[in-house]
Amino acid sequence: MRIGIVDYGIGNLGSLRRALTLMRFDAQFVTEPAALDSVDRIILPGVGNFADCAASLRLAGWDEGLRQAVSENGKPLLGICVGMQLLASHSTEGNDADRSPHGLGFIPGHVRHLRQEGSAERAPHVGWNSVEPSPSAGAIFAGIPEGTDFYFVHSYVFRPDDATHVVAQTRYGAPLPVAVRRGRVFGTQFHPEKSSRAGMRLLRNFAETPWD
Amino acid sequence: MGLKVRVIPTLLWKGMGLVKGASFDSWRRVGPVLPAIKVYNRREVDELILVDIEAHAGNDDPDYRELDALGADCFVPLTFGGGITRIGQVEQLLRSGADKVSVNTAAYSEPSLIGSIAARFGAQCVVASIDARGSAETGWECFSHAGGEPTGRSPAHWARELVDRGAGEILITSIDRDGTMQGYDLALVETIVSAVDVPVIASGGAGSYDHMVAAVADAGASAVAAASIFHFTEMTPAGAKQAFEAAGLPVRQSYLEDGAD
Repeated sequence: MRIGIVDYGIGNLGSLRRALTLMRFDAQFVTEPAALDSVDRIILPGVGNFADCAASLRLAGWDEGLRQAVSENGKPLLGICVGMQLLASHSTEGNDADRSPHGLGFIPGHVRHLRQEGSAERAPHVGWNSVEPSPSAGAIFAGIPEGTDFYFVHSYVFRPDDATHVVAQTRYGAPLPVAVRRGRVFGTQFHPEKSSRAGMRLLRNFAETPWD
Repeated sequence: MGLKVRVIPTLLWKGMGLVKGASFDSWRRVGPVLPAIKVYNRREVDELILVDIEAHAGNDDPDYRELDALGADCFVPLTFGGGITRIGQVEQLLRSGADKVSVNTAAYSEPSLIGSIAARFGAQCVVASIDARGSAETGWECFSHAGGEPTGRSPAHWARELVDRGAGEILITSIDRDGTMQGYDLALVETIVSAVDVPVIASGGAGSYDHMVAAVADAGASAVAAASIFHFTEMTPAGAKQAFEAAGLPVRQSYLEDGAD
């Protein structure tokens, strides 16, 4: 099983690859969209600003490459943190006239600030928080008990239009969607690669499960 | 349930090894860095802060290769601080295994650095670090260059400005309490907590689990950082978490896998 980590110049990718390598997966950085052909599953990381990440993806043609890999070739995709938010149609972050706030649109929905989601707690939301998978979450949370803590660091939240695409929630001043799934496209707002053994388990679930 | 209190060991890095001092002086060697990170990682600490305390002295870049080696064994969040003056260094640090960067001295001479890092990598990536001296009676003052130079700024005002510029967390260290193990300067922590709406990490002076609980329960900190207590005593991050739990504050539970593999 070859896992491709999309390397589009954003953030800390080293820990993700190390986590996968430690579990004996063949994890490699994919530095151009054409190379997506040579991997079986794809992880889309992302930190920082949504608009910057979205612009970087578009600049190098990743949006089209990922669409092809996911829609035409049926490759499972996991977006992490801003990588999950990029699955959305649209974000209110970095919404300048000259920068496109559109995401990949793999899961219809919108990305908004914690405040707009009704959370009055300190922002960003930083630290370990309990994750409650929904009954329909399925194999991505296999072996991970309800309420397991994962590491978060974010100010924005992706809320899918279709509530059935939310597969886990966390409470932080308000209930927040923190894991999403639509078919073979997955996203986690938390960082599995920084969530110690629980995170390793989730990555293994993504990498090993034969998704329909 | 809900967001957990974080217990964060601070590793101070000087030359080749880890050190710990008192009031930012008289450093003692406490051992090599890599085994310490491995042990903390195995014990599932919540997070780690690694600070190169000599970096401000020179104009050298951080030792990315060293950091890369250290990060290899770290699957919890790692914040790197020390000598960061340019955005290019931040990009390299994030590539080398850091998840967040802590900026202190450079922010005084170039406050826009905070905003540039936040705009490029997100506010969650910027931990603004403030070292302060003084007391509630005399008033506190921020010091730069690892406590070496007075800046004339008040910590509360400075914290607010740093957050306005994009800092995602404030790490507040009392220079007077550092290494004394007499307890955090709770009034200082509380001042910062009231001044900003981002998470505040209390640092400097932890000598008992009760001190840590007080920083959160009484002063409102979101996290506690500590060095001496973990280096020089039998106390551990796990013990601190038990104390938080006993005080009714939520802490992260170790992950136990469900069912058989």
